[in-house]
Amino acid sequence: MARPMQVSRYWRHFREKYRLIGGKCENGHVFFPHRGVCPVCGSKNVEEYEFSGRGKVLTWTIVRNPPSGFEYYKPYPLALVQLEEGPVVLAQLTDVDPEEIHEGMEVEVVTRKVREFEEDGIILYAYKFRPVLK
Amino acid sequence: MRKAVIIGAGMTPVGEHWKLSLRDLAVEALLKAMEDAGVDKVDSLYVGNMVSGPFVEQENLGALIADWAGLGNIPAVKIEAACASGGAAVQEGVKAVLSGLEDVVAVVGVEKMTDAWPSDATRYLAYAADAEWELFHGASFVALNALIMRHYMKTYGYTEEDLALFAVNAHANGAKNPYAMFKRPIKVETVLKSPYIADPLKLFDASPVCDGAAAVIITTPEKAEELGVPKEKWVEVAGMARAIDTINLANREDLLTLKAAKIAAEKAYKMAGVEPKDIDFFEVHDAFTVMAALSLEALGVAKKGEGAKLAREGQIAIDADYPIQTMGGLKARGHPVGATGVYQTLEAVLQLRGEAPNQVPDAEVGLTQNIGGTGSNITVSIFRRV
Repeated sequence: MARPMQVSRYWRHFREKYRLIGGKCENGHVFFPHRGVCPVCGSKNVEEYEFSGRGKVLTWTIVRNPPSGFEYYKPYPLALVQLEEGPVVLAQLTDVDPEEIHEGMEVEVVTRKVREFEEDGIILYAYKFRPVLK
Repeated sequence: MRKAVIIGAGMTPVGEHWKLSLRDLAVEALLKAMEDAGVDKVDSLYVGNMVSGPFVEQENLGALIADWAGLGNIPAVKIEAACASGGAAVQEGVKAVLSGLEDVVAVVGVEKMTDAWPSDATRYLAYAADAEWELFHGASFVALNALIMRHYMKTYGYTEEDLALFAVNAHANGAKNPYAMFKRPIKVETVLKSPYIADPLKLFDASPVCDGAAAVIITTPEKAEELGVPKEKWVEVAGMARAIDTINLANREDLLTLKAAKIAAEKAYKMAGVEPKDIDFFEVHDAFTVMAALSLEALGVAKKGEGAKLAREGQIAIDADYPIQTMGGLKARGHPVGATGVYQTLEAVLQLRGEAPNQVPDAEVGLTQNIGGTGSNITVSIFRRV
């Protein structure tokens, strides 16, 4: 897999990917990721909105034939998580036994390594979700 | 308003074409279609293709294919709408004819996928998803469809066995298509015993990585007559539309509604003046078994949540009420992504001419539905025997 030349391509989303920052429009619609136009009402008056990071697993899978660049991590669980504020986020699940994953499982956001490139390449970090710690 | 008819069709078998390149496949299908129509020149060329850049380091397919097919200095472009590129290219070709700007248009869909390593192919196919918010996290296309499949089964109480019936039907039909990649019938057990590639989605729930090209020639009835194309060969493009939905699956209003298909289908039915019950066969986009079920619901053939029931009740076979995937569908014919919509079109043409190897008796109206992304870009077209 070719080395990513554009570090900028990844740091553009540091805030969203490290802190789960999405958007909130003037009419109160919240969404993730952040965008300049509200996907619900079309308002262009949008502010940043930081999500609590708590949510529930809506549906999930175990990736066994990953896209190139992710072979090292296989198999890994991937899920759609419905945040407590409403929006749904796609992310990997972490710190969990695949047998334990179920729909409705309560999860919370953590920052984890998602992928690294060659020896001298960059390392990508972002949100993943783990079962809520008691 | 002008009308558009398809007067020629040609294809290569779908498979692993180690000896043929992208241009070889496209030119072969294109020349066959032109020969079928009896034309030796066209006004323009539209190429349906999804990811030739990453797969074979070749873009500018309009120039490449028109040049190598000897079409002269005509206008030629590539049309890209993920896996719906073929369907979109056909519709762009029809629009060019309907607009009156062009009289005889060639459309070729082509994809050459087997030159890439499997994990790279998995990556390139995921380019149809949202790169920053899906692929970034290691989501493959199969994985995204697996998320939908699990949710569908959970919500409506279906089993893996229920969805396997779509694959069984596709293979039963593909077995009779000499151009299909898999010409062998399978049993439900075959699907259930195949390995998980993204649970609960198994190898036999998914269409294969493959190569292929298909082409059609589009013109007006007046021009077809002038060219001396016998009427038995004409197939009218009676209705067509397309729509998009959110590119990112997580942003969907409802994971289990192919909203883009629903919108496109309603428009296409209206344009053709038909209802779902008037359609004699459906070529739906069964890249994954669950997508066949969701498509039947979006097209108004089944109620929401009841798509898989049609398979269980035996209503999707050639001799049943709603035959689907008459020549194997994406699952058995094969899914050379950007070519698929053109294969579907061509198969509809063969059915309506009465030339299909797996003929639907007295077929008069057929529908093709081509999905790009996880339902983010969808085309629906309706064809009628003239």
